[in-house]
Amino acid sequence: MKSDIVAFLLVFLLPLSSAGFGQVPTAADIEALKAQIDNFKSDYDKRLQALETQLQLLQSQLPGAPNQQTAGAATTAVPATPQQTAPVPPGAEGAGGPGGQLPIYGGATAGSKIFNPDIAVIGDFLGAAGSNKVNPNPALEMHESEAAFQAIVDPYARADFFFSFGEQGVNLEEGYLTFPAIPGGLLVRAGKMRAAFGKVNTLHNHVLPWTDRPLVTTNLVGGEDGINDAGFSVARLIPNPWIFLEATGQVFRGDSNDLFKSSKRGDLSYVGHLRGYQDITENTNIDLGISYSRGHNASGIVDDMDVGRFRTTLYGADATIRWRPLKRSIYHSFVGRSEFIWSRRQQPAGVQSALGYYMSGDYQFARRWFAGLRYDRSKHADNASLVDKGQSAVLTYWPSEFSQVRGQYRRTQYAIGPTANEFLMQFQFSIGAHGAHPF
Amino acid sequence: MKIKICLAAFIVFFILSLPLHAQSKLNVVTTTEDLAAIAREVGGDHITVESIAKGYQDPHFVEAKPSFILRLQKADILVLVGRDLEIGWLPPLIQQSRNSKIQVGADGYLDASLQARILEVPQGQITRAEGDVHPLGNPHYWLDPENGKIIAREIFDKLVRFRGNDRAYFEPRLNDFVNRVNDAEKRWVAMMAPYKGTKVVTYHRSFPNFAERFGLDIVGYVEPKPGIPPTPQHTLDLINDMKRRNVKLVLVEPYFDLKTPTSIGRATGAEVMVMPPSVGGVKEVTDYFKLFDYDLNLLINAIKKTGAGAN
Repeated sequence: MKSDIVAFLLVFLLPLSSAGFGQVPTAADIEALKAQIDNFKSDYDKRLQALETQLQLLQSQLPGAPNQQTAGAATTAVPATPQQTAPVPPGAEGAGGPGGQLPIYGGATAGSKIFNPDIAVIGDFLGAAGSNKVNPNPALEMHESEAAFQAIVDPYARADFFFSFGEQGVNLEEGYLTFPAIPGGLLVRAGKMRAAFGKVNTLHNHVLPWTDRPLVTTNLVGGEDGINDAGFSVARLIPNPWIFLEATGQVFRGDSNDLFKSSKRGDLSYVGHLRGYQDITENTNIDLGISYSRGHNASGIVDDMDVGRFRTTLYGADATIRWRPLKRSIYHSFVGRSEFIWSRRQQPAGVQSALGYYMSGDYQFARRWFAGLRYDRSKHADNASLVDKGQSAVLTYWPSEFSQVRGQYRRTQYAIGPTANEFLMQFQFSIGAHGAHPF
Repeated sequence: MKIKICLAAFIVFFILSLPLHAQSKLNVVTTTEDLAAIAREVGGDHITVESIAKGYQDPHFVEAKPSFILRLQKADILVLVGRDLEIGWLPPLIQQSRNSKIQVGADGYLDASLQARILEVPQGQITRAEGDVHPLGNPHYWLDPENGKIIAREIFDKLVRFRGNDRAYFEPRLNDFVNRVNDAEKRWVAMMAPYKGTKVVTYHRSFPNFAERFGLDIVGYVEPKPGIPPTPQHTLDLINDMKRRNVKLVLVEPYFDLKTPTSIGRATGAEVMVMPPSVGGVKEVTDYFKLFDYDLNLLINAIKKTGAGAN
């Protein structure tokens, strides 16, 4: 390897050095050089003169030019107010960039700032008290700091990056390119993303109505990160006269935490999702979905070789009912949600069929206050004879749109350990660009 | 043979698609009912107009419902208020619309704020310590009829861009709208002239353009900071301030709770009014002109009742 580099350097540097030191200049060479320099000089003088005359011409046209520009934008009937500021580049406004009146700084730096992505950081601080022998959280933990970078790439695509920083280590939670306007009504994504399996799997931690994720996620759908992998996603609206219907198909590499494990290039995992949505009244709506996922699991792997070639298949059904009176939309709302997930996991000892579900309700009873309940029940994916059950009560307070404080009482009856009684406490806060409100 | 079939199919498709295009109305979707009302004035029956938000809901907090995605999917033009008013809900809707015409910066995307007169553009350093401030200025600019005309002009330009043949239909409608606004504005300003400088308190910062045009003096807000609900201390300070400066009017947008304003009204003897900042905010306000008619009448009646204009 080292000898390669040396050879490379020799090959590239030798010609350079030979040009510099190879010859001793003669008097004739110097004369030739002088003549060349004189030629250059007269040439540049001519060009400079031409430029100066052009500049004078432009300057003579310049006064009043900016006013003409704005006046041209609004003619005849409507008198527009003149703006004494720089125009906004098209697209910067909706992308979260500045709009309307841009301060004028020194060119290059200001230009580069305009095209910076929207940046936001969301902090998630967790505290836990009480006893949990099976799956204990630390007493105090900066659980996650999520950094989001989002921008429009070009007229055809936008990009979204979400880096999740733990107390140690960084994880690319999501990073993908979206093509929002592909012919055929398709919405295409490429990159690493949370799969469209059910509802909770698609949600980032900070938009969950709880401090944790339901037991069924932990037991059957790969834990906190869920099905989250690199791949392609194609979603299409299915036209029909009745409801909003969207079908999503996704192909992934086949690695999702302890759920899917790919040992060969061909071990891809697949996710399919069908979502139906309908407004019942202007205040109430219903959102239904069915999901499917399949990939190779790790139970057949011996000494890094997948001898078993076992697969896991997941089926899911989700239902959400939302109520929010439009006239008092910032004060009262209700979201009721349930997901059922059925896992069929092939293992050396045979297939394990495990069912899990959660049911939850969250009621906003004042502008800043939310109260919620959740019931959990789930078998274990690798041993369906083990059943965990859980009950939670949640109270959330929003000082503003950008921060929240949450307390959750959680009781978990584990199949393989003593019942846990815990109080979980969460501070969440967001700085930077204003993100979209979750729906 | 194959080529012939393809060609024939192409021609058939072309013929089928032609009359559809010629007849179909331009489909305009707006984010608020104010923009829809103005678009209707210019576009008449050559366009269809639909608003996403209702006039009686808080335009900052609209939910990004999938049913809106279906509306945007079919839109030829999307008109938005801009200035970050819709930042919490419009970007995901646009992205999921699968409609290249209305993507940010595309031909059918119209940010109505770019030519309008925008107030309260923050100067210097701003942080969220000031609440949910709009870094690009106050987005409630449609409440100045002068801006209404500018919005109409921008919508006209867009309509003509998509339906150049209909210019002869849209242009007189635009001019007619502008003339009617001019006449009405003279009347409105004259109505308010005797009460110039009347001091009012509003719930949210929704009325700066309205106040500037019609000579109101906004001396305080029920919200301590934009987007932050009233606190007891702020309410107390506001009550004292209103007493000291003899403020007799509290304007509340239809989507805010009346509890705090009512108690302020009780403590100060001020009249609390539900004042719609948007078309559709109350049932009677069905177009852009009725919005000002309704609000100004409400205001003048309250001023007369409380004697607030005397100061």
